[in-house]
Amino acid sequence: MTQLPPPSAKKLGLVIDLDTCVGCHACVVSCKGWNTENYGAPLSDQDAYGANPSGTFLNRVHSYEVQPEQGEAQLIHFPKSCLHCEDAPCVTVCPTGASYKRAEDGIVLVNESDCIGCGLCAWACPYGARELDAKEGVMKKCTLCVDRIYNENLPEEDRQPACVRTCPSGARHFGDLGDENSDVSKLVAERGGFDLMPEQGTKPVNKYLPPRPKDEMPEFDVLAPYLEPIASDGKGFVGWLDKALSAMPGGAK
Amino acid sequence: MHPASSVILFNTFSGLGFGLLFWLGMGAIVPMGSSAFIWFAIAYILAVGGLIASTFHLGHPERAIKAFSQWKTSWLSREGICAVFALIVMAIYGAGLVFFETPLALLGIIGGIASLGVVFTTSMIYAQMKTVPRWRHWTTPAMYLTLSIGGGALLSGQVLIASVLLIVGALLQVFAWMTGDTRFKASGTNMETATGLGHIGKVRAFEPPHTGTNYLMREFVHQVGRKHAEKLRIITIGLAFVLPVILLLLPFSHVLAAFAVLSHIAGVLTLRWLFFAQAEHVVGLYYGKR
Repeated sequence: MTQLPPPSAKKLGLVIDLDTCVGCHACVVSCKGWNTENYGAPLSDQDAYGANPSGTFLNRVHSYEVQPEQGEAQLIHFPKSCLHCEDAPCVTVCPTGASYKRAEDGIVLVNESDCIGCGLCAWACPYGARELDAKEGVMKKCTLCVDRIYNENLPEEDRQPACVRTCPSGARHFGDLGDENSDVSKLVAERGGFDLMPEQGTKPVNKYLPPRPKDEMPEFDVLAPYLEPIASDGKGFVGWLDKALSAMPGGAK
Repeated sequence: MHPASSVILFNTFSGLGFGLLFWLGMGAIVPMGSSAFIWFAIAYILAVGGLIASTFHLGHPERAIKAFSQWKTSWLSREGICAVFALIVMAIYGAGLVFFETPLALLGIIGGIASLGVVFTTSMIYAQMKTVPRWRHWTTPAMYLTLSIGGGALLSGQVLIASVLLIVGALLQVFAWMTGDTRFKASGTNMETATGLGHIGKVRAFEPPHTGTNYLMREFVHQVGRKHAEKLRIITIGLAFVLPVILLLLPFSHVLAAFAVLSHIAGVLTLRWLFFAQAEHVVGLYYGKR
């Protein structure tokens, strides 16, 4: 049913640390791999080795430049996938009931055998978390690796989303954001985790941790005065060399 | 938003068809026998033809029957139910006129209102989208309804009503464009709220997640036709509203009336193209585009 269930006590989701993400795209690759080989229709590519490659991905990494009013610009890598919103607008617009939010843990899923591929859920999502697969004609989205996290055939350390398991810099965390004593909830409280586009009223479960403030460069270097490399007064041998070279054809004036 | 031709055709022709069914149901014209057959055939070809066109953009049209189930939350589901109901009721009303020369007035009124219901539920699919600030406004359903009953009046040859509705439609459309142009900014969604990085400074998209394009960019980030938007707006107003009204006010002839209808259809097709091509989806912000 596309009516949203009452808010669940358990809210499984991701916490993404924008301070530690190095933008390596390993999460993108592991997500594509796992979700092509397992649950649901594979994530197809079109013209993969041609001039205009394009394909379905459930997780993509953007990179942004942020310019403070004073000081250096920062480059911030920004992974983005489904935020498993509490008020998920993608669920209520679905005409067939294919799109649903699980009452037990809050994961938003698509029942692919009911999906007519109208694309309305992708229109309703402000985050671009849903992509219509060009080959299968059904809507694909992050499942929070529902086929891993409860999978008792996997070793316990693998029972987390593929992107989290893969991340080499520890920038992705998985857990229950409905439990305020969980590791992820504590991390959000400690680091000031935030929502994307809060004004859209979607109440995302996934949170983002802001980059930590950058170290300040020291204002002076005690050795600097002794290391001045260039004679700017133009006397002696250096002065003569400067004049001689400048006088040659094509020399700097 | 990507202006998909199937959806533009659906909005234009189904809107006209259901507008004509509205006037037929309301008894504005009460044709009998074979003349009724022709009127209803025109209305059904437009309404049903548009509905069929709209299924061309589906990934799995063979499962369309499932779309009638979620009327409690989904405007698309409500639209489907409304369309089937209106078409069945109007078919019975039409059969009464064609075969028995008997207008079942109450049934006609129910069918006429249901026909407007189809147009309203269609418009709400767009007006509900918080992600597309330009659409999320009362002018969206108002425009859809005015165009539908105005076009229906034009098709059914009601000169005075059609002229008034087309003039109202033109004014409404100009108002919708003028207010729509500022609505994205007014929505408060921008690159800073999208990334949550506004507390550090000004955010600029530095590198996209991929070198090529993707579904999101094809569907939601359509910038190609916008540079001609101003000219197309003038063409829209001219063809959809001004020219048909002038042709209607000239001494009546069937040739002029046919030109009025054709001009109106061409204008509405342009209007619908602009409705999609100019609508900016907030997801474009993640790509530094609108």
